[in-house]
Amino acid sequence: MQAPRPIAPHLFATSGDETMLRAAACDACTRLHFPAGDACPYCGNDACRERLVGRTGMLFLHTAIASRPPGYRGELPFGFGVVELPEGLRVVTRLTEADPSRLRQGQAMRLVVTPLHTDDDGNPVVSYAYAPAETSS
Amino acid sequence: MTTVDVRPVDLRPVYVAGTGLHPFGRFDTTLTTIGATAVRAALAEAGVGRGGFDAAFCGCVYGCVASGHKVFTALGLSGGPIVNVEAGCASGGAALALGAAQIATGRAERVVVLGLEKMPRGMIRSSFFEPWREEAGLAATPGYFALRAQRLMRESDVRLEDLARVSVTNHAHGVHNPNAMYRKPVTVEQVLASAAVCEPLRLLMLCSPNEGAAAVVLSATPPADGPAIRIAAAQVRSHLPGNVLGEHTPLSGLVDDGMPTPTEMAARAAYEEAGLGPDELDVVELQDTDAARHILSAEELGLCPRGGGGRWLRDGGGEMTSRLPVNPSGGLLSKGEPLGASAIGQAIEIVWQLRGACGARQVADARVGLAHTVGRGANACVMIIRR
Repeated sequence: MQAPRPIAPHLFATSGDETMLRAAACDACTRLHFPAGDACPYCGNDACRERLVGRTGMLFLHTAIASRPPGYRGELPFGFGVVELPEGLRVVTRLTEADPSRLRQGQAMRLVVTPLHTDDDGNPVVSYAYAPAETSS
Repeated sequence: MTTVDVRPVDLRPVYVAGTGLHPFGRFDTTLTTIGATAVRAALAEAGVGRGGFDAAFCGCVYGCVASGHKVFTALGLSGGPIVNVEAGCASGGAALALGAAQIATGRAERVVVLGLEKMPRGMIRSSFFEPWREEAGLAATPGYFALRAQRLMRESDVRLEDLARVSVTNHAHGVHNPNAMYRKPVTVEQVLASAAVCEPLRLLMLCSPNEGAAAVVLSATPPADGPAIRIAAAQVRSHLPGNVLGEHTPLSGLVDDGMPTPTEMAARAAYEEAGLGPDELDVVELQDTDAARHILSAEELGLCPRGGGGRWLRDGGGEMTSRLPVNPSGGLLSKGEPLGASAIGQAIEIVWQLRGACGARQVADARVGLAHTVGRGANACVMIIRR
């Protein structure tokens, strides 16, 4: 078993038990965006600073994906939705719960790291996802 | 808003001199042959041959290198400028806007605008998404449509039955369109009983990617016979950031996301360019990638109030017997969606409606029509065509 490989290096940061999303805040207009881009998408300002957000959030929208999307090698079905963060951002995310009837709008969620699949070199590939806050992952 | 409003003083009218359509569906022919069928028909209708047009603009998304050039080469019609245009679902509309501008500004007397497509089967794979995003399952297009449908149902009185009704109405229209892929009527019960793709969307609430082509000849002079039909407006807009469910499919958005959508911006510009409003339209072809998109499109185009789409639909909005029939062609739900060809196909439906040539799906005395596409990028195009 090799070390888990994040789906991409710039998306999330884990420290101990805590996972955060690597968003960016604009120095000029203060608005947040995720993932961090080359410039603020709202005002075009180049100077944005990393800001870790999204340890917790509230479920805003949710569904489940049952048919295999292009390029996806993980489990089916999987939960898919939008979580609203207290920092003022809404993020599109995988959900650990794949049964939409077991989720409800507004419920507390927390950010976790979940396995997706094992790559061709035998490395487990992991992604960020939101899980219901009351259950353990 | 970054668009600069440049308005030359002496714009010429732009007339539709010819139309040609290759049916939308699945075929064993090449993309080039499909495109050539549409171009040949449009040129024949316009009475134009080699040397009879000054430029060609070709909307295509999945055709790769120089798909338009291959069509004109196959027909022995190369030599002039041929420009391929990609703007997602609005590619054909963007090509038409560019072609119309050539004529309006006096750079060309006649142009051919072609939309053509041969889509891969299955869930649309798009180079738009980074590989890691595909790998994480975050490139599942129907999932985004489903979340948007869920939000529409939560924030207005649109119900699941209303979404089914969109499919029922569009398929009822599509029965009378010989160029559509699906020509069978469906019932609300059948739509609701079809496979759940992503809650709340059912299979029969989603359009199919497919194949087809559509071409028009635009001209500075009206055709010698038949009604003088002209492009009164052709406007393209891209998205403003902020809405997590915007057609640009971002991974984040703001909680305060009430900015105008690309469709609203394109519609506003098109109504201004044409000097009319939604009340003066007689027929509309709008983007119905999924049933919720149909309702959102109607709202964003101003056919009904924002948040009033459910009520509009339940009052018969868009049906052939209503004041303003929507998607008499059957919409994308009946025709399928060959991305590059889609917008030109809509424009042709509007032209044929204005000619009174639509048989059982004819809208009585249609004089002004609107065609709308919106999709990935994000891009929206709104065209207004009148006689």
